[in-house]
Amino acid sequence: MSELLGGQAGERRLLMGNEAIVRGALEAGVRCVATYPGTPASEIGDRCYEISRQGHLYFEYSTNEKVALEVTAGAAASGWRALAAMKHVGLNVAADTLMTLGYVGIKGGLVIVSADDPSLFSSQNEQDNRSYAKMAGLPMLEPASPQEAKDMALAAFSLSEELGLPVLLRTTTRLNHTRGAVTLGKLAANGGAGHFVKDPFHQVMVPAVAREAHARLVRQQVPALIRSEASPFNVITGSGPWGVVASGVAAAYVADALLELKLSHQVTFLKLGFTHPLPAGLIGDFLSRVERVLVVEELEPYLEEGLKNIAHSRQLTLEIRGKGEGLFSRLYEFHPALVRQVLARFFDLPYEKPTPPLPQQILGQPLPDRPPNLCPGCPHRAMYYAVKIALQELGQEGIFPTDIGCYTLGLLPPLSMADFLICMGSSISTGAGIAKATGQQVVAFIGDSTFFHAGLPALANAVHNRHDLLLVILDNGTTAMTGHQPHPGITLTPPGYPGKPIELEKLVRALGVENLWVVNPLKYKESLAACKEALGKAGLRVLISRSPCPLYLQRLTGKKSKARFQVVGACGDCRHCLDYFGCPAMYLKHGASQMAIDPILCAGCAFCGQFCQAIRPVKESS
Amino acid sequence: MIMASSQVKSPGNLRLLLTGVGGQGTLLASRLLGEAALAAGYSPLVSETHGMAQRGGIVISTVVLGELQSPIISPGEADILLGFEALETFRALTYCHADSLVIANTATIIPYTVAVGKGRYPEVESLLSLMAQHVREVCAFDAAALARQAGSPLAVNMVILGALTATEYLPLSQTEILAAIRGHTKTEFLEANLAAFQMGAAAARDPDNWRRRSL
Repeated sequence: MSELLGGQAGERRLLMGNEAIVRGALEAGVRCVATYPGTPASEIGDRCYEISRQGHLYFEYSTNEKVALEVTAGAAASGWRALAAMKHVGLNVAADTLMTLGYVGIKGGLVIVSADDPSLFSSQNEQDNRSYAKMAGLPMLEPASPQEAKDMALAAFSLSEELGLPVLLRTTTRLNHTRGAVTLGKLAANGGAGHFVKDPFHQVMVPAVAREAHARLVRQQVPALIRSEASPFNVITGSGPWGVVASGVAAAYVADALLELKLSHQVTFLKLGFTHPLPAGLIGDFLSRVERVLVVEELEPYLEEGLKNIAHSRQLTLEIRGKGEGLFSRLYEFHPALVRQVLARFFDLPYEKPTPPLPQQILGQPLPDRPPNLCPGCPHRAMYYAVKIALQELGQEGIFPTDIGCYTLGLLPPLSMADFLICMGSSISTGAGIAKATGQQVVAFIGDSTFFHAGLPALANAVHNRHDLLLVILDNGTTAMTGHQPHPGITLTPPGYPGKPIELEKLVRALGVENLWVVNPLKYKESLAACKEALGKAGLRVLISRSPCPLYLQRLTGKKSKARFQVVGACGDCRHCLDYFGCPAMYLKHGASQMAIDPILCAGCAFCGQFCQAIRPVKESS
Repeated sequence: MIMASSQVKSPGNLRLLLTGVGGQGTLLASRLLGEAALAAGYSPLVSETHGMAQRGGIVISTVVLGELQSPIISPGEADILLGFEALETFRALTYCHADSLVIANTATIIPYTVAVGKGRYPEVESLLSLMAQHVREVCAFDAAALARQAGSPLAVNMVILGALTATEYLPLSQTEILAAIRGHTKTEFLEANLAAFQMGAAAARDPDNWRRRSL
């Protein structure tokens, strides 16, 4: 049984922020959860999938975040409590839905979890999604700890129902992936079926209806503000003439800084958890009690600007600072010493800057990097290799728009098979634009899960508008990067997985693609021949590179390939395998012009033995 | 006058940083420390790096005990560094201060850059002696060899936990850590894991494995 379904009320558990959100939702009686996996939100979906296999919850991995939000919106419109979880950029995909969802409103509570990623640990940007709450007119909560994540997830459902609006639960990587002590509450009892009540003149957003609905949404800001003013998630601690305001994990750094600088009698600290609408009355009163204010928030000056507006409307002229030279940056996540240092500087406290040891200086030479790499046996590397060699043999240069997944690591040398990337699904259409503008040979790469997420409309466009590019769909049968979640195209499913698979090949053909190749990238001759043929043609061409992710296969079957390969005899200074392929199992023998293969790292895929005569299988007996 | 200094510490606060390479079990080790601390009545914070780092890259996690609310550790502020791989331990030296304890696995995992001749892996011995000049003490031994000897090459994390528990730094008893290990280990691995833990503890009790700053 899922750990999150156990535990008595009052029991303390060490929960990750994402798990705490799931527990809070279960305590609220959530009935429907949908997501598209994305770091740092993925564990929310993964835990809900486990729970849905055992209990009363409906959960789905949706094809993308827009779809996930719409499935939960439909469930919430029918009276169920529902939750949609996504990474910050996923909310861009769902933004069309989000912006009008507040017009339509909900019946059952609907919570939208946005997991922002300051410092871009695993994202293409570090946008601050608090702007979405303001733009869409939705209430927003920002937890600072796993305990608050659970408490806020629980409270968000009733808040959502009271206001008839979805609630944005805005988190950041540090909260999502921090484990902390969480005191459990009682799980909700199982509810019944929902019921959709027809009310088309409030729920069908044609202009005449939407004009009224927008007015209703604006009116709802008043009761939302009343709840923000009274929210237990906005807390004032300490006393003194200096003011500090913070939200999210930054509030934890402030709390520690105040403790370590012993400032509780100098500083009045306003920690905000209900951050849209901002509690203008509470903030105004706070501002009138202090002399100067420092705002501590990661990314954009959302609170800072809000505070300045409130100060202006109250005709307060005190200094309110946050972002700027010598203070906080709009870039990257904060850490405790940084917040302590800026706090000390702002309030003119003597501060001795720590001087941590600098390993590179101490050693007197650079430390070798340890970049992430595609795994040994990864079929993506094999496909990249075939495209690279095919282009070389044809004497062509390829431009490689790429997409989001493990295969984006193809950016790094020696593969160097990524030239352009914006966001999920961008490979196909940006490739079309590049080919149109330049006439250059464009080979776009997209993973299978990403193809279903955002590639389908782009491929339909490429067919219809007769674009000229080769699209390689890297079909490894799973969403590997985020932890092997299923998607509509999977054929190898985890036991009991209820989803109906859609055949990628049929789908691509049905979209009108005439030039289609399907290869196993681990069969080099076959894939090289297909690549050359595809590169030799004009117009839209699709090559499906199909071979399961070896990690996923191993996880499903419990079996690992026993085959191993070795370098037999002297291979001299060729280095072709290093310069073109770069499997992590390969290494240069110390002090010798000789390659070798690490038998522990080798995955036994047998690919390198197909392009190099010196690589041969290790015989069982040896 | 109010003194503001990075050296100010509240009694009972302890910051541990764990570093290693994807697949070495640093995340499990940090979680077990957190579970043991929770069971002992603390409110620990355990922070993990996910995402790109897991494809053979560096994995860092933190465990914070006491009245602190920040889940992460700034450079120069880790009281204990648990290093699962020699080069990565040295790289993470920047998180240490002059009174830190370092427990270092001397076994190496060669980064791909070095394997293909683009970069040189420094001598482990020099890494250790340089480290010892910048912290209070370093306990270094081949945890990978001990894990193999215990019957589970993947139990490096258990060896390191065993060594840590044998020091005076942790406000948690061996019984409390062992209970967390028992509660979160599959039966088939338990025996080897406990053996690895005890080997780590024995390694930390061996004075030959310790280096201290020469004054």
